[in-house]
This record gives sequence, structure tokens and C-alpha cells, in this order.
Amino acid sequence: MTTAAAPGIARDVPSARPGRRRTWSWIGLVPFFAFAILFMILPVWFLIAGSFQNKTGAVTLDNYTNLQQELIFNAYANSIEISLVTAIAGGIFGFLLAYAIVQGGLPGFVTAGVLTWSGVASNFAGVPLALAFTFTLGFQGLVTRFLLDTFGIQIYTRGGFNLYTKLGLEIVYLYFQLPLMVLIIAPAIRALRPEWREAAENLGASTRQYWRRVALPILLPTILGTIVLLFGNAFGAQATAYQLTVGQVNIVTNLISAQISGDVLHDPGLGYAMAMGMVVIMAISITGYILLQRRAERWQR
Amino acid sequence: MTGTTAPAVGVRAPGASTSVATSANSRPGRSAARLVWWLVFIVAVVYFVLPLFATFAFSLRARPDFAAYTNTFKDPQFFRSLAYSGIVAVITIIASIAIIVPTAYWVRFRLPRIRPIVEFVTLLPFVIPPVILVFGLIRTYSRPPLPLAGSDFGSHILLIAAYTVLSFPYMYRSVDAGLRSIDVRTLTEAAQSQGAGWLRIIWAVILPNLRVSLLAGAFLTLAIVIGEYTIASFLARPAFGPYLSLLGRDKAYEPAAVSLISFGLTWIAMGLIAVIGRGPRNRVQVTGAR
Repeated sequence: MTTAAAPGIARDVPSARPGRRRTWSWIGLVPFFAFAILFMILPVWFLIAGSFQNKTGAVTLDNYTNLQQELIFNAYANSIEISLVTAIAGGIFGFLLAYAIVQGGLPGFVTAGVLTWSGVASNFAGVPLALAFTFTLGFQGLVTRFLLDTFGIQIYTRGGFNLYTKLGLEIVYLYFQLPLMVLIIAPAIRALRPEWREAAENLGASTRQYWRRVALPILLPTILGTIVLLFGNAFGAQATAYQLTVGQVNIVTNLISAQISGDVLHDPGLGYAMAMGMVVIMAISITGYILLQRRAERWQR
Repeated sequence: MTGTTAPAVGVRAPGASTSVATSANSRPGRSAARLVWWLVFIVAVVYFVLPLFATFAFSLRARPDFAAYTNTFKDPQFFRSLAYSGIVAVITIIASIAIIVPTAYWVRFRLPRIRPIVEFVTLLPFVIPPVILVFGLIRTYSRPPLPLAGSDFGSHILLIAAYTVLSFPYMYRSVDAGLRSIDVRTLTEAAQSQGAGWLRIIWAVILPNLRVSLLAGAFLTLAIVIGEYTIASFLARPAFGPYLSLLGRDKAYEPAAVSLISFGLTWIAMGLIAVIGRGPRNRVQVTGAR
């Protein structure tokens, strides 16, 4: 970077075709790439390399075929189920809430309040969130006791409810899923131009036709993209689940956590393969989001 | 908003009769619809407020009155862990700015061809969940040549490095959006005509103009780092997240108090972003303390 500060080259720097004359204009990017390689690429590379090695260090694909064993397969199945359920539920409720505050005729302060709140709540996750729900729906939680004291309903025995299960996790995850949906979808709903609706009505379209033929097709990429993003958001969550279930529910992040601390699979390579499986699913989810979002942006200019 | 104009324009259309009919029908329908939207809003409020209210109510059950709070404020571990996380957050923010600002500037004005690669790298933390990142970090740096995870100091470094990586996506986007909104080219030329070097341009011209973007990125980083649990706990750092987690297992009422304090901190950080105004358009982020 200091070389670039040399007075001689200063004049051609902001030229239309930057970096053309000097072959080492890449030097300004060295700190960034060095840092990224050292603390992100290299560690992930270590996991990738390890996932293709057996215990003696020979190259193998066994670790990936071994992902089929029951414990790991179930962990993936559970994680995917939780992520799907909370992504779709969060997507639907988040859409309804966003529509309510943007187009539902609610007063302006409600709209502003919900959006600010969503910014906070989408960041309120992890340990404190898990604890908050323990105080709400846990064995001694406020709602649990309220239902027992007022209506005599013990949801844990009669209702068969348990916060420390998949269902419990889903209820808790919605707390950060729903606001994230609101944050992304609200601008898209706002970008629906009144003219489109007027045009549709001019042509004799009913409200339902307007939604089916105009609004939904425009919003669909955003909705789908966000749901895909919510999927990844839930899939990668570790702290909330670990705190709530003390690692007892068999999901991928809990299993990987156990593998990090104590090699519960008794096979490091298998642990690395499991980690890579997670990265692959996250990559699909994020790529899907980016592609769909790119499509969606056509209408948001 | 749209509803009021609809009948007036509807007359021109061939299907005028149906159009008018629908809008006439929708008058009572509209207020019914509005009721539904209020209902949606109220359900959401209940869902979002109840856990916070329950946490607050639970914290008040401690005896004597407010003991959950007084005990918390008497606990040196509380302040120590909070201070630790605060310091880590500040160093993370500085490191992130020091890396991202020159990079974003460079990409914009010297090497635009490399933009897709830089953007791809800054998006990677979305693909690599914290639990995987820390997994890789621990395995990579538990052995020579760089056994950082083995020492206390090395673990601090790893923690800050991991958080810095986590901050890349929104710091980069925030700074890039900021660069787009100011006329960096003119500013740069003006500075150069005065004989300023690159470091000086970035320090004295670019950084002050990016204040809003940097603050937005900084507060988001703060919100994430303060309560982060996964990475801190695997690196065995005395941070706020692991402290709260342990407290949640050991004590009855204090965790409720500390959870609320933690929520308040998130609220402050996000509130500050709202206050400083036009932050990054895309505030959405999916990494951090999940």
C-alpha cells in the first residue's frame, strides 16, 4: 500500500480503466485476502481436506457415505424439518404482518414501530432468547403456570407439550425468523405500485385476480428467496438450540458441537464430512436467496 | 391508498360495471379487512411481548424485591464478562474497518474487475455458520505452525479474528454503499492535487465521509458480538454469552434479569443504527448469535 502512495503514479489513479498500467495494483487487496484466507478459507479447507481422509490419513469417500448412519441422518432430517417449518411458518406470518403494516391501513407509528422492532428482534437470538422462552413456556414458565392455575390445564402432561423438543425449538426460532421476513418483504410490498392495481382494476380484474396475476408473481421471487434465506438462518443456528435443549435434541448443530468438544462420533473425518454437509446446504440456501433476490429486484427500482 | 382512486378511473374500462361493483362491494370489505390486519398485528404483539414480559415477571419473583437485579450488579463476573465482550467488540470493529475500508475503496477505484471475487468472499460467512467456522479454527490452530488455540492470548486473537470475519458481509456492504453515495472520485482527485498519499486520503478524506456507514456497520457488529455464544464458548473465552449460558444453568432468577439486560443492549445498538439514519439499505444479516 505504501508503494501506491508514491507521487509519480498519483495522476493516473482514478482513470477510467484503473489498474491497467500497473500490474501490481492488487497489492491493496493483500490485507483483506490474507485475513480471509488465514481465518476463514484455511480453517474451512482443513475441514474439507479432513472430510476426505480416513483415520490413517488415506484419501477416501467413506466419510460421506457414512453420513447415512442413523444418528447423523436423523440429525440432518431434524434440522431440515425445523428449518423448513420455521421458514415457511415465519414466511407466511411474516408476510401477513408486513402486509398488515404496509397496506393494511394501520397508523404510521405502528408501521415504523414494527419495522424498528423487527430490526431488534431479528438480532435477539441465542442464549437470552432460549432463556426468555424457558421463562414463558418452560415447566415453571409464566404461560405454563397461568394455564395451570386459571384453567387447570397442565400442558406438559395433558397437552403433551414440551418446550425442549423440536416443536419447542420451532416456536422459539420463529422469534427471529418472523422479523427477518418482515424486514425483507416489507420494502417489496411497498414497491407494489398503486398504478398496477389501478391498471388491473381498469381492466376489470377482481382483487383475487389482481393478486393471482399481478401482485403475487411480482412478489413471488422475494417471498421464495426470503423463505430460502430463513431456512439457512434456522439451519445454522447453534446457540439457541444448545441452550434450550442442552444439546439433547438431535440436530446437526448440536451433533457438531458434541463432535467439537469430544469426538462423539469416534471418527474425526466423519465429523468433518458432517460439517461440510452443513456448509453445502447453507451454500445452496444462500445461493438460492441471492438468485431469487436478483430476480426480485427488477420490480423494486 | 389505492382504493380511493379506483372508482374514478374504473369508468373508462370495458368491464366498468364489474370494476365499479367490486370497489363498491369492497367498502364494507375494506374495514373488515382492516380489522383482520389489526388482528394480525395484535397476535404478533402478543407473541413478541409475552416472552419478554414473562422474563421480566420471572425476574421479579426473586426475594427480596429486585434481588435478581441487585445480585446481578453485585456479581463481578457480570461486569467482567460484559467488559470483555465490549472490548472484543471494539477491537473487532476497528479491525473490520481497517480491513474493509481500504479494500472497498481499492475495489471501487483500482480493481473493479475483482469485485465479484471480493463480494463472494465477504458473503462466505453467510455460508459458513459460526459453529463450522470455530470448528475449523480450533482444528487448524491447535497444532504447529500456529498453535493459537492452545494459549490464552492466541484464543483472544482467534475470537477477534472470527468476529471480524463474521462482520465482513455487512461491513463491506455498508462501506460499499457509503462509497457509492459520496463522490469519492472528485474527493480523491482534490486530495491528490493537494499532494496527499493513499493512506492520507483514506484517513483524512474517505473515513470522515463514511461516518454513517461505518457507525451502522459498527453497531451491527456490536449487537452481534456482545451476546455471541457459539464461538466464544468453544474457544473458552470469558465472554458475556457463555456467562449468561452458565448463569442460566446455575441460578433461578438472575438469568431472567441478565437476559433482559442483554435484550436492552441489542435494542440500544439497533436503536443507534436507526438514529444515525440512512444506514445500509440492506440491514438484514443472518450470521451472529443465533
